[in-house]
Amino acid sequence: MRAIVTVLGKDRVGIMSAVCSLLASHNVNILDISQTILQEYFTMVMLVDTAGSDVPFADLAALLEQAGRERDLSIRAQREDIFNAMHRI
Amino acid sequence: MINQNEILQTVHMIDQQHLDIRTITMGISLLDCADPDPKAACSKIYEKIATKAENLVSTGEAIERELGIPIVNKRISVTPMALVAGASRCGSYVPFAQTMDRAAQAAGVNFIGGFSALVHKGATPADNLLIESIPEALAVTQLVCSCVNVGSTRAGINMDAVAQMGRTIKAAAQRTAAQGGFGCAKLVVFCNAVEDNPFMAGAFHGVGEPECIINVGVSGPGVVHHALQSVKGAPFDVVAETVKKTAFRITRMGQLVAQEASRRLGVPFGIVDLSLAPTPAVGDSVARILEEMGLEACGTHGTTAALALLNDAVKKGGVMASSHVGGLSGAFIPVSEDEGMIAAARRGALGLDKLEAMTCVCSVGLDMIALPGDTSAETIAAIIADEAAIGMVNSKTTAVRLIPAPGKKVGDTVEFGGLLGCAPVMPAHPFSSAEFIARGGRIPAPMQSLKN
Repeated sequence: MRAIVTVLGKDRVGIMSAVCSLLASHNVNILDISQTILQEYFTMVMLVDTAGSDVPFADLAALLEQAGRERDLSIRAQREDIFNAMHRI
Repeated sequence: MINQNEILQTVHMIDQQHLDIRTITMGISLLDCADPDPKAACSKIYEKIATKAENLVSTGEAIERELGIPIVNKRISVTPMALVAGASRCGSYVPFAQTMDRAAQAAGVNFIGGFSALVHKGATPADNLLIESIPEALAVTQLVCSCVNVGSTRAGINMDAVAQMGRTIKAAAQRTAAQGGFGCAKLVVFCNAVEDNPFMAGAFHGVGEPECIINVGVSGPGVVHHALQSVKGAPFDVVAETVKKTAFRITRMGQLVAQEASRRLGVPFGIVDLSLAPTPAVGDSVARILEEMGLEACGTHGTTAALALLNDAVKKGGVMASSHVGGLSGAFIPVSEDEGMIAAARRGALGLDKLEAMTCVCSVGLDMIALPGDTSAETIAAIIADEAAIGMVNSKTTAVRLIPAPGKKVGDTVEFGGLLGCAPVMPAHPFSSAEFIARGGRIPAPMQSLKN
């Protein structure tokens, strides 16, 4: 299953590393990344494949959210379907 | 891949503009639960609801986590109880409401609708007994909602039922006086009630519906408001287009959630109700959308036109986004549940008469309006009659959910808490309608009913 991970918050050292390590530790493959900094605001959008994940998707989303809270970031993992539904006919 | 801007747009809608799925409502037919023994009927009802809805809440929560969109309510609607309880020999239908309440608690849902009667042309003894049971039923249960249909474009208006509902609303308020007349917040009087409405308090599972079905209600006034902020001063053509595009996106969410819930629960998908349903939270108000179109306060001249545009554009945008659109679909204007409506009422900009005009062009009717506690049953009945007439003549659903708050006067506020919010007490006209209501009988169906 493909999902979108969004990371939003104040920029600091090691955000990308932390998110990528967490995904890797659960065997989640990163397919695409785009990242920008807007006025010191860190914005990262990742497309990931959770087919090989060792935890259910809802748990993975909760782990990412928790990791975000610890770093004062908003991290969400959502199934790609919601974005396709909203933006593609 | 979807581009970054689109992804962030969706995330912002959810995070900052209160986009959510308002409700997944499971409709369950109870027609096969009728039994001459009321205890046997109640036990069949409990079993059926508890079994059918066993996985409703957990499934809703799983979808919520995976898609990352809040699904605020999970609810149940059942066959109008008068049709089921009518077979039982008993003197009160309160035990049926208590059974619904227990089943809803067991399923973990936050409301169950269908303690209802359809009496638009006339009432059966079961309908009358159900209506008599409403005040007590709403006082002794937590989650049960009730609605009564008193008129339709095809049948006209049953004025005996209108008078009876005026008295019932007063009695429901008295029975729950300690909570500001909270019982009335769970009681709706309809004209042209729809059989697949997922929203409370007016949800019931119509007799034309299948055994079990999933209906989904979307929301998103905050998203529409935000979108309109970017077209300040633009002509109404642009306003309508902007609302349509936004409604399309919101409804696509609803369609996705509805299909997902239907597949996982193994229950057919019914409809998506594409209503803009406000909450008392700041930034989730329908009134603020109307004000964004250029009105100083909701309720001033121009409000009805603004609401007409909004209601129509929501439907036009949403209808292509879903395979089946139904329910009430449009814009809701509940006073106590909308931060902007509350503010407008407090400023004196919004009153009962303007709200009545607004109901001609919005999806439902006079909703969650607190009246002084000494408002007479006849005055309430006359307000219902006016509203039913609007629905009957315009072939649309209209509803009345009024709270004659015991002991409260104009200018006081009634607090309900949660999604039901708080209502500033509004004045009704002081002149009597008692003789009008005392006539009884039926207002004949209008010419519009003769369509064949």
